[in-house]
Order: sequence, then C-alpha cells, then structure tokens
Amino acid sequence: MKYDQARWTDDGDERYEPLLSEKANREVEVEDSPLPDDLTRDSLELPDPAEPELARHYTRLSQMNYGVENGPFPLGSCTMKYNPSFTEDVSRRAEAAVHPDRPDSTVQGTLALCHRLQDYLGRIGGMDAVTLQPPAGAAGEFTGIQIAKAYHQHNDDERSEVVIPDSAHGTNFATAAMAGYDVVELPSGDDGRVDPEALEAAVGEETAALMLTNPNTLGLFERDIERIADVVHDAGGLLYYDGANLNALLGRARPGDMGFDVMHYNVHKTFATPHGGGGPGAGPVGVTDELAQFLPDPHVQSSKGGYEYYTPDHSIGKVHGFYGNWPVLLKTFAYVTRLGDAGLADASAKAVLNANYLAEQIPYEVPFGPFHHEFVASASPQDAADAAKRMLDHGVHPPTTKWPEIVDEALMTEPTEAESKRSLDQLAAAFSAVHDEDDETLASAPERTAAGRIDQVEAARNPRLSWQALDSET
Amino acid sequence: MSFDVPEDLRYLESHEWVRVDDGTARVGITDFAQDELGDVVFVELPDEGEELTAGDEFGVVESIKAVSDVYAPVSGTVTGVNEALFDDPELVNEDPFGEGWMVELELADEDELDALLSPDAYRDQIA
Repeated sequence: MKYDQARWTDDGDERYEPLLSEKANREVEVEDSPLPDDLTRDSLELPDPAEPELARHYTRLSQMNYGVENGPFPLGSCTMKYNPSFTEDVSRRAEAAVHPDRPDSTVQGTLALCHRLQDYLGRIGGMDAVTLQPPAGAAGEFTGIQIAKAYHQHNDDERSEVVIPDSAHGTNFATAAMAGYDVVELPSGDDGRVDPEALEAAVGEETAALMLTNPNTLGLFERDIERIADVVHDAGGLLYYDGANLNALLGRARPGDMGFDVMHYNVHKTFATPHGGGGPGAGPVGVTDELAQFLPDPHVQSSKGGYEYYTPDHSIGKVHGFYGNWPVLLKTFAYVTRLGDAGLADASAKAVLNANYLAEQIPYEVPFGPFHHEFVASASPQDAADAAKRMLDHGVHPPTTKWPEIVDEALMTEPTEAESKRSLDQLAAAFSAVHDEDDETLASAPERTAAGRIDQVEAARNPRLSWQALDSET
Repeated sequence: MSFDVPEDLRYLESHEWVRVDDGTARVGITDFAQDELGDVVFVELPDEGEELTAGDEFGVVESIKAVSDVYAPVSGTVTGVNEALFDDPELVNEDPFGEGWMVELELADEDELDALLSPDAYRDQIA
C-alpha cells in the first residue's frame, strides 16, 4: 500500500509552505494491515449527501432539540445556562489568536490580560494568587487538591482522607479518589447543611481537606462556615471551596474571607463562558499566599516593565498545555470587565431574586430554605422525571430531576440571573399546569415535541449509533 | 412494597446474597437492590479462576439510573460466571435470586458465612 504525503519545506524565507505539486509528493511505504480478515473491509460506506441535504439534516436536528435559545431553561449554571454572546465576539478577534509558543516579549498584551484576570479572580474570591492553567472545572478541582497534597507533603505531614458532604457534586468524590485520597462522606444535617458536630467527628489527623460548596446544592448558605473552617484548620486540614455556586455570592461574600484556602472557579457557571461539552473550558484555581509556591507551572507575574512566565518554587508541575485555554479565559476577562464590581454584585442579586421569585410562584413544596440562587422542589407524589417530560409539552425546558437525593423526587431549579420576569412567569405557569395533571398524562409525556418519550432501557441495551439508524426511521 | 428475601440465603449489607451448596457459593444481588437500581442494562463480571477476598469488588452493575460495584460476600476462587447476563442483563431484574445470579465461588473459609446477615436481619435493614 502506498500513501502520498504532502511535504512541508523551507522556501528560504523562513516561512513554511506546503508543496502540493505531484512531483513534490513523497511516497511513503506502509505495511499491509496486520488485522485479521474478518475485521477489515475493502470499502467504506459513508453517507454522501449533497450540501443542502447536509445543511437541512443539521437544521432538522437542531429543530428537534430544545436549547437555551428556544425558551426558559432552568437547568441552571450546573448544566446549561444562557450566556451573553458578546464574549464570543471578543474571543473571535484576530488578536486573541496568539500562538502559544511565541516568546514572552512578543505577547506582552496577552500576558497583561492574564495577569489582570489572575488579579480580578483573586479579588472576587478573596484569594492571594490564581492560576489560569486548568482546562475545566473538574481539572481545577484536581489541581486544587494536588496543591493541598503538595502542601501536606512539603510539611512532611502526609494525610490520607478528604471529607466531602453527601450533597456535594460527584466530581468532588472523583477528584479526591483520583488524587489518591480515601473519601469520608459527611451526612447532611436535618436542615440540609453541614452539621458541625458530625464534622468534628469526621475530621482528624488524617484529614487533608474538606471540600465544600457554599451555598450548597440545595442553594443553602453554610451559616456555620467560620466554625467549620476552625474545625478543619484545628485538625491541620485545608478548606477547599468548590466554585460551582459562586454565582450566588459574587460581589457579596468571598470564600477567602470565610476561611477557604483553595478554590476553583467554574468560569462557565459564573463568568459567561460556554459550557464545555467536551471542551475547551477553563477552571482557574485560587490559593492563599501560603499555597502560592505550589501553583502549576508556568505562572504569570509582573516583571521589570512588563510580564513574564515563571515557575513557582514548589510547583506541582503542568496540569495543561501552555497557560490554559486562552480564548475561554478571554471571555471570562471580557465578562468581568464589562460588568465590573457593581455589575457582578447585581448578577448575584438577580440570580438569588429570580430563584426566590420563581419558587414563590410554583405549587410544589420546597422543603429546604432559605435558599440563594437555586432551590430544590419536591415533585412527590408525582414522578419527577414524568413531571419534567410533561413540562416540555408546556413549552419550557424542565429543571434537573431526581438530584440531589436528599429531596424526594427532586426538581432542582436554577433560573439564573439572565432570565426576565416574563420568562420566570412562563416557567411558573408550566410548573403549575404540570402539578395539576394526572399520572396517566404525565406517564405518556411528552406528546407535543418532535421526539416522543425515549425508551431509555432499550437505548442503553441496544444502542444504534450509526447514521443509518436515523435514516431508517424517516 | 415488600421485597422477596428467601429464607435459605445469607446477605450482605450492600445487598448481595449468597447461597451455599456443598462448598460452592453462588452470589447475586437482592430483589431490593434490583428494584433500587431500576432496569439493568449492563453487567461486568470477573474471569473464572480469579481469587476474591470477602469485601472485594468483583463486578459492576449498570442500570439506567446508576453504576454500582458488586462485592464478594465471602472469599474464594471464581469457578463459574453467569454469562447469560452479558446478553440479557434484564435477568437481574426479572429473577434476581435465580437466573440473575452472577458468580459461583469455591469457598475458602466456611466460617466467613457466620459474619453475613440472616434473612431476618436483612429484612430489618431494608424495612
């Protein structure tokens, strides 16, 4: 078998250009496939649509879907929220596309923005130093816990456990396990918050860190946070802040002031960058002065007359290529600077007001409160998944269902700061209509959508993952 | 809702059952467990010959709601695996104590059975 390969060559002007002429192509010998005959094939059947067919295919798929630009979407910052589109315009500018290998001296503008963003995020979170390198929120968590681990190792105080409340996001448990820690799960108190006495019992000399989201998944502020911080610090552990719900506190309270030592920022939840859906994303990490020496390599600092990369003294090393996903960080920068201090404080106020307004309008019980930017209603005695499917028939996207598990038939609802009162009223009307419907109607929903109820069991047991599957239905 | 808890079995708090017959222990998950999980869509089991210690994770059960590890109630060598579950994972839902069994072990230490829950104790746990 022979393959032709276009060769890249130096044309003498130190510019590289592909040579596409037949002569310049070089033939490369490739050995025949060693795969057994029954795993190889001579021809490959790929779809061969005309361009308009292809365009219509994707348009049709998008029309069958329900997205943030179709109507109210109370999945909230955790899953999908509407982000203002000006950040996209900013990150598409040609100046944003700097090659990451360019020397410091030629990208001073970019480094200046990095440095300012580190500073802004530090001030927003009450942290002394911030790295922009981690490529997603979960990667930020992992980076933060690695920093905590490096801190303990640096002090010759190896510890084996990370304490996590049972209401926490699943990534916390995964992060701790990936970092080599045993997870100690902390049961929630009757009020849905951390019970300081249960915490005292769970924390000890093996505790490397407590990972906490504040306000928590029920939207509840951990009122005992100062006592919680004391318990963890007295045992020699660190306090890790999961930034998932920082959008409820912007401009009003800071994790650093509450006693947190390390935190990650979910820029897609808080600062209008898109949800990754596989990336690229960003998950900056903030730390106290004491932990800054462990930040990933490189870090950006100001130097004589400019900015430069440097390696922190006891850096945990690289957690991603170069200095992170720059276009995503640029969106973060654009959002923070456009809103400013007053705008960010207004965003958190609206997030909290919208959630509280919506909760007042709906007939379902909300067992835990007072809550901030999100609330968890109970659909019981209805099945939360059925109620959610039926909401689609009423023209809105349903909230997250059946999680967190401490609320029976949970409808976890976060309208976010972006929705108007009109949208909230539309959501409330859908909640109310579904609340009054009978089980039979709910069980057969949705009936007014492009696709009916998916057979989840059949889809999992016998998935049809090819384009032919779609073709055979039309 | 009441769940089937056969009298001739022993149980683990993590919802596995074990049936001992002439030095061989057959293991599966309980009626309660399959109901909690919902429709099972995938089962992963160990290879024959694998050595298990009581408390080891020996397999994975995936339903449309959750992915859960399955634990060995007793120590022993895997002598049989219910390969029918690979094609028909729904057997775990339909017949958890029968056709839905998962592995057979050659018991290493019969005394370990004493540490397991009796049917009454397991019934109390899931009540």
